[in-house]
Amino acid sequence: MTRRMHFTLGAIAAMTLSTAAFASEVAPDAVEFGDEGVMTSLTGVAGDPVAGAETFKSRKLGNCLACHANADMSGELFHGDVGPSLDGVADRWEEPMLRAIVANSKQIFTEATIMPGFYSLEVGKHLREDLEGQTILTAQQVEDVVAYLGTLKE
Amino acid sequence: MKRLLVAGVVLAASLAGSGPIWADPVDDTLEIDGVPIVTRTAAPEGHPFDELYSGWLFREKETRDLSRDSFENPGMIAVEDGEAMWNTVEGTAGKSCASCHGDAAESMKGVGASFPKWDADSGRPINVELQINKCRTEQMGAEALPFNKGGQQELTAYIKHQSLGMPVKLDLTEGEMQSWWERGKDVYYTRTGQLNLACASCHEVAMGKMIRADHLSQGQVNGFPTYRLKSGLTSLHQRFRGCIRDTRAVQPDAFSDDLMALETYVTWRGTGLSVETPSVRQ
Repeated sequence: MTRRMHFTLGAIAAMTLSTAAFASEVAPDAVEFGDEGVMTSLTGVAGDPVAGAETFKSRKLGNCLACHANADMSGELFHGDVGPSLDGVADRWEEPMLRAIVANSKQIFTEATIMPGFYSLEVGKHLREDLEGQTILTAQQVEDVVAYLGTLKE
Repeated sequence: MKRLLVAGVVLAASLAGSGPIWADPVDDTLEIDGVPIVTRTAAPEGHPFDELYSGWLFREKETRDLSRDSFENPGMIAVEDGEAMWNTVEGTAGKSCASCHGDAAESMKGVGASFPKWDADSGRPINVELQINKCRTEQMGAEALPFNKGGQQELTAYIKHQSLGMPVKLDLTEGEMQSWWERGKDVYYTRTGQLNLACASCHEVAMGKMIRADHLSQGQVNGFPTYRLKSGLTSLHQRFRGCIRDTRAVQPDAFSDDLMALETYVTWRGTGLSVETPSVRQ
């Protein structure tokens, strides 16, 4: 009986937690872009710069080095130069602007930018069916990358 | 075997060293077995670039050197296979390509520089691969070759190689070639997939930049089928499909209307560059 009670309580607690996390997550089409960028966290959970560095580096996730050089990752071979170097990027942009650029840079620069929107449903034509409604990164992965970018100061 | 070893060594070397990072096409000239190759030329009227560059100018020295000598070029194995196929009888009519066309060095000279052409029978542009299939089904009594199978790439490489060094020049006045060119232009500038990229995003706007270890070229097609050091002989429509897949979009079918239009348009974008088939690329 006691064991069962514990199980039930635990299950309810877990459900409540996951519902809370879901409820505070901003949906990709509800992100508000202002002059200063995106002011509020997409998840309400502080970004983790260590996880963000991994997302940044991973070719299957951010793959940010494909286009951006980053001296902080000089151990990685081959940094692209399609976009600007990210050295000192946190000196140039505040956190809300970094969040906005990662989430959907077309809202900040112009429609013509090559940079994909990592938390956007404004995608190209003929989208692969399994990616319908999916963003490149999750809201938390964006927060993690933004936290990592915040460490890149000169 | 020697060619395969050479290719392997170059691949290993390019993976191991970080190599020089440069922003522009190199200053170098290409001759293949004494045939001068135009690797840079003035763009035709209405082209977004002033000057056209062969993808050869964007590759590292080791890769460029493999193109200079047809004995070192690993793609020449495919050309030899294609030559054997040219002379092989197939189908109910008991014919080979050579039965009607004789010596390819004579009869196929210029073909690789002038296709796609208008095909009134099908009412669409026809490329070398589809022309081979037309000959097979209508003249030889043989089955059409499926995409990239049955020696399609090898025979295409052999036929295009007969135009080595000749400048690419399409006739857009034939039939409805001009409207297919327009459609191909639309395809070229259409952003696709989750990554939301068009051909132009990389090969026009970011041309000359590095995307990770890859030096972005103008996306010229004068060397196809090309020998890629990472994947071997590669047909043009295979490359189109690979690029589009990488944008995380549905891949169009090879020889579909969209890709035939795209082939027409990007071939025009290389007007005046020499045919390099089989080129050697990264």
